[in-house]
Amino acid sequence: MAQRLHNKLKTFRLGGVHPDDMKLTAHVGIEPLPLPHAVSIPIVQHIGAPAKIVVQVGDPVKTGQIIATQEGFVSSNIHASVSGTVTQIHNVMDSSGFKHTAVDIQRDGDVWEEDIDCSEKLVEEITLERDAIIRKIMEKGVVGMGGAAFPSHVKLRVPEGKHVDHLIINGVECEPYLTADHRLMLERAKELLVGIRILKKALGVDTAIIGIENNKQDAIELLDKLVKDEPGITVEALEVQYPQGSEKQLIQALLNREVPSGGLPADVGVIVHNVGTAVAIYEAVQKNKPLIERVVTVSGKEVKRPANFLVRIGTPVIDLMIAAGGVPDHTGKIISGGPMMGKAIADLNVPVAKGMSGLLVIPEDEAKRAESYNCVHCGKCIEVCPMGLEPYRLLLLSKKGNSERSKEEHILDCIECGSCAFVCPSNRPILDYIRLGKTQVRKIKKA
Amino acid sequence: MSSTLYTVSASPHIHTTLTIPQIMRGVIIAMLPALAFSVYTFGISSLYITLLAVLFCMLIEYVIVRFMLNKPATLYDGSAIITGMLLAFNVPTNLPWHIVLIGAIVAVGIGKLSFGGLGNNPFNPALVGRVFLLVSFPVEMTSWPVAVRSLSLDATTSATPLGILKDGLKEGETVNALMAQMPSYTDFFFGFQGGSLGEMSAFAILLGLIYMLVRKIITWHIPVSMLGTIFIMTGIFWLVDPSRYADPVFHLLTGGIMLGAVFMATDYVTSPFTHKGMLVFGAGIGVITVLIRLFGSYPEGVSFAILIMNAFVPLINRYAKPPRYGQVNSKKQNPQPAKV
Repeated sequence: MAQRLHNKLKTFRLGGVHPDDMKLTAHVGIEPLPLPHAVSIPIVQHIGAPAKIVVQVGDPVKTGQIIATQEGFVSSNIHASVSGTVTQIHNVMDSSGFKHTAVDIQRDGDVWEEDIDCSEKLVEEITLERDAIIRKIMEKGVVGMGGAAFPSHVKLRVPEGKHVDHLIINGVECEPYLTADHRLMLERAKELLVGIRILKKALGVDTAIIGIENNKQDAIELLDKLVKDEPGITVEALEVQYPQGSEKQLIQALLNREVPSGGLPADVGVIVHNVGTAVAIYEAVQKNKPLIERVVTVSGKEVKRPANFLVRIGTPVIDLMIAAGGVPDHTGKIISGGPMMGKAIADLNVPVAKGMSGLLVIPEDEAKRAESYNCVHCGKCIEVCPMGLEPYRLLLLSKKGNSERSKEEHILDCIECGSCAFVCPSNRPILDYIRLGKTQVRKIKKA
Repeated sequence: MSSTLYTVSASPHIHTTLTIPQIMRGVIIAMLPALAFSVYTFGISSLYITLLAVLFCMLIEYVIVRFMLNKPATLYDGSAIITGMLLAFNVPTNLPWHIVLIGAIVAVGIGKLSFGGLGNNPFNPALVGRVFLLVSFPVEMTSWPVAVRSLSLDATTSATPLGILKDGLKEGETVNALMAQMPSYTDFFFGFQGGSLGEMSAFAILLGLIYMLVRKIITWHIPVSMLGTIFIMTGIFWLVDPSRYADPVFHLLTGGIMLGAVFMATDYVTSPFTHKGMLVFGAGIGVITVLIRLFGSYPEGVSFAILIMNAFVPLINRYAKPPRYGQVNSKKQNPQPAKV
């Protein structure tokens, strides 16, 4: 261990930036948030089709009861996160800024479904077989907890003709401020390892690598100690560099494999899951517990009591802000997720969703973008692009609406990490235009 | 229910602290050692010419942008200051003020603003001004004051080492004989030689280079490729015939090569985007410079070389692509595990 730390740390091949990591809550333990009076649970919290609501207004529900079932393969079940009565089914604005149907539940105590094991006891023995595991993960509504919220069971069904030989567990957490995964690795390490074993069994792979950025020494040391006698799981320290936690970059850093353009990690024999997802999978498979709560980091320079809260899904964001010492004066912007890729939310009634890893409070004077100047051809956007694209060129092409050329310049390879816009000295809205260009290209693809 | 609506914008929500005005300030700081050295060797007239050029460039930018283009003034970006300093660095310290003014008008007005301002100019504005002056006022532009190493305003004129070499070779003298008339390489390195205001001291310019590299304002690619090409190319000629061609160290330390490699060729706007492109660009400048120095009629060719390569930048940008993720033959790089 000590020796490895002195070796050159692994990292990805191209580009990358170094924003201040600002991990204010790295040493703040996970704290359960008091149960909310009411929750509002959107039926779209994942990538894919909205779930179909199976409860009606007035129905009593228990904590963990299914309230919406998945529609189609790429979708996810939704469960009640508190017990009480369904009061309303209506459209609410969620953290994406769009209105989606949500089920409101007025809480009345906290009565759980009988088949859920609420004890603290660690269940190590994995009794279920491969298919049963995947079915269980699907049933319990587990989605990727790193931010994108892709239904986990879909990733576990490896397409025909592809062979997966490595499982990568993403504990990188390269976004500044966020510490939810860091705390999970420290406080739920044993559950995490069982979760990894379950994933290995479900995928039929022998090798799992936990990739952790080197600014989380305590987590690296703890997990390294725990996996010492466990064949087939290793811990790998990675250089602190954004976007280390991006799936494609992480695969490149750890295994020196590059996912082909337009392809999936499975094309190079890898499946990547987030540490939060692995813990959720442990709970789903071993404890029968659906994904009804998650850890959310509440942070920001001005926040009085930055914290890592264990929060029930559907809790309004305002509850978290109050628990963190209230909304600071002169707050300009509130972000769901990290500062590099998170989404700004307009008001505090937005409910916590499965993919919300953090709430970041930005003061007024930093909330608005600074003036932008002409491009001075410094080439910094190219230097930092982890996909090796030419962001300045993509901006110009998107601005002109030249989608044919944008496509030739591989605009669809862009992972929207924001490094180009972060580094641009002229403060040009590069990523905004690239997003526009991507929709232009997708339009011609459809047509 | 709270009714406050917060700012909504797309990610990323944070931004680096290295912005255009800061980069410009960094470049200005990097040029200060060379300026200070020039004041030390040529006297206070260095400072006078530099301030004059900066003032004229800023004034012309303000007047044109504000009153001819009717736009808000763009002085905040600091680029006019840099153009002014670079223009001053490229002229003799005894240049009359009205010529400096003409240089500033050409540099800022024609070299930069006629193309649409900072970021749109294909040619390095200071060099456009400099070359315009060189062909319009050949006598004034090549009457180099002797390094006086004092703070006096008077100075007599003398030829530059490159001028001595070129004229001497024309008259059939050998390199060795000519070298005997010149200061030592140590003097060259620190800057005790005739020449333009800011180009004599390789040492002071290298200090600026180190500063800009540390601050990550520029990368090593252009200076290294340009200086390397010049070293190798003049080295080959020197090995072939040392009596007719000066050695590579002489070439690197004299004339405007250091100034060109560090401050002129690395200008963001007029150099390529990618590292690969920068290497090609620097090498091109090196080759053209050497050809002009060895076979052209001018003793020095850095300015022309940079301007010529500036014209190739769009072409270089088109072909010098960065390495892409997943571009390498994926089968070769990612050995697929055996099918089970």
